Amino acid sequence: MSHLPALQIVLPLLAAPICLLLRKSSLAWLLALGVALCGLAISIVLFHRTLNGEIISYAMGGWEPPWGIEYRVDRLSAFVLLIVSAIAAVTFAFANRSIAREIPLQKHSLFYTALLLCLAGLLGITITGDAFNLFVFLEISSLSSYVLISFGRERRALTAAFQYLIMGTIGATMILIGTGFIYMMTGTLNMADLALRLPGVMDTNTVRAAFAFLIVGFSIKLALFPLHVWLPNSYAYAPSVVSAFLAATATKVAIYSLIRFIFTIFGVDFAFGEMPLQVILILLSIIAVFVGSLSAIFQLNIKHMLAYSSVAQIGYIIIGIALVSAVGLSAGILHLFNHALIKGCLFLAVGCVFYQQGDATIDNFKGLGKTMPWTMAAFVIGGLGIIGMPLTAGFVSKWYLVLAALEHGVVGMIIIISVLLGSLLAVAYIWRIVEAAYFNQPEAAAIERGEAPLALLIPTWILALATIYFGIFTQLSVDAAMQAAQSLLGGK
Amino acid sequence: MIVGLFNYWIVILMMMLGFYVVIAANNLIKKVIGLNIFQTSVFILYISIGKISGGTAPILTEGVEIYANPLPQVLILTAIVVGVATTALGLALIVRIKEAYDTIEEDEIYLQDRTL
Repeated sequence: MSHLPALQIVLPLLAAPICLLLRKSSLAWLLALGVALCGLAISIVLFHRTLNGEIISYAMGGWEPPWGIEYRVDRLSAFVLLIVSAIAAVTFAFANRSIAREIPLQKHSLFYTALLLCLAGLLGITITGDAFNLFVFLEISSLSSYVLISFGRERRALTAAFQYLIMGTIGATMILIGTGFIYMMTGTLNMADLALRLPGVMDTNTVRAAFAFLIVGFSIKLALFPLHVWLPNSYAYAPSVVSAFLAATATKVAIYSLIRFIFTIFGVDFAFGEMPLQVILILLSIIAVFVGSLSAIFQLNIKHMLAYSSVAQIGYIIIGIALVSAVGLSAGILHLFNHALIKGCLFLAVGCVFYQQGDATIDNFKGLGKTMPWTMAAFVIGGLGIIGMPLTAGFVSKWYLVLAALEHGVVGMIIIISVLLGSLLAVAYIWRIVEAAYFNQPEAAAIERGEAPLALLIPTWILALATIYFGIFTQLSVDAAMQAAQSLLGGK
Repeated sequence: MIVGLFNYWIVILMMMLGFYVVIAANNLIKKVIGLNIFQTSVFILYISIGKISGGTAPILTEGVEIYANPLPQVLILTAIVVGVATTALGLALIVRIKEAYDTIEEDEIYLQDRTL
């Protein structure tokens, strides 16, 4: 039991090369799915143990922190671990049938290897308590996600992966520079130890430069406007299951690291008092909401549309974080959770369409309300979530975001107006699909193809039902987000 | 000022050079080279941090008491491995881009995607 934090990372990391040796697609898939389910079980146990505020510290290899690498699970990291491993379990279940039509058979075991490595990297970023270790896991997840994206069927997947590689590496290198600067000033890399030692050297340009490098680096990884240019093409041309997995986890984990560095390591007073972070983040996020939503309206490729919608949704999350109140921060964390469910559901539904129709442009959706009723119903539920309709998860987090903004006077009003306008724009881009699907006659070929297989529908519907569940029974997610926010702000 | 901080001036120079090449180069391989220079500058930064004046390489030897800090060197070994992996993956992608587009010039790839 005491080795659970290590197992969370070691299992997918060890399973990855085994997948490569298995070669057979179905065996590799079963192993990957099994590992993802084990990871989910472990993260549920860890989540339960941290509910009462306990912080689980695990010394990797028996080397005591701050000298050795520490794995540290507190409320926030347990929550994010739960999100990532749950999404992984659902999307991995989807993978088998989905990639059968998108990736050549002989590459399947390679695909699962990269998928497991990416999962290990993302979980590692979340669980580690060591700043340099975070960089290493970040690169593990990034390198494997470049590979995953390049598996896409079209040749544009290659250029998208290359563009992401260039931008991602610049981002990661900036994080490396920032980490180097804070190591230079404090002589430690352990996050808890850094938090103790940094206040003594706060008033130096080295620490300020470190902060700037780290924020820009993470902003590239989490695709904050205007550093989001890698995101739309990467999500649009990656295989469907990869789009769903990355959209629901990769940017979320980058946001988690940003929160970790701002609130745990540098502290609120430095980040928002001495540095003008609040103005920058709020301004950029509001622009992200508008640019993302507006661009989404004009996309013909639905995966492109969802990717631009992600840029907007990331804007909401960052607004919540930048408000620095307990309500705002918990709204941000809550939306991180809810958006992972919603966007996962939407991308999986599009994956079903892609599987049946062979592409995912708006023309492929014509008449699908009749021929693929279950897929489209799941898509509509996800769409309502993105818009923020009551009784879906999207409403809950936007509600808390508005509550948090109310405390901030004029700036708060501007934020509330942007949230409302953003939701209206979301209505516009979701409506295009609904119109195409329900108010058009299906083509003869589409009628013949019919509904997607159950193996694809079940994972999609798990996320669709979760979107509704967490919109009605909010206690679990809201409590977890609230407590995580409180321990970030107060309980250091 | 210049002599005392010589390493850091080199770091800044290389960092800016590499970054400029990544942005300005049109050829994908040149972009990867620029990325490498950019990363290498950070390696030198880390190694410079670990230097202690009068210290030798951190290997236990008789009669030596001052060593350079070994930790940054170990960290950078890891970062070099990451850099090599990134370069390898970048070059592999370029090979496949060359096969798919028959060019590795960014503007020509852009044009081909546009006309489709």
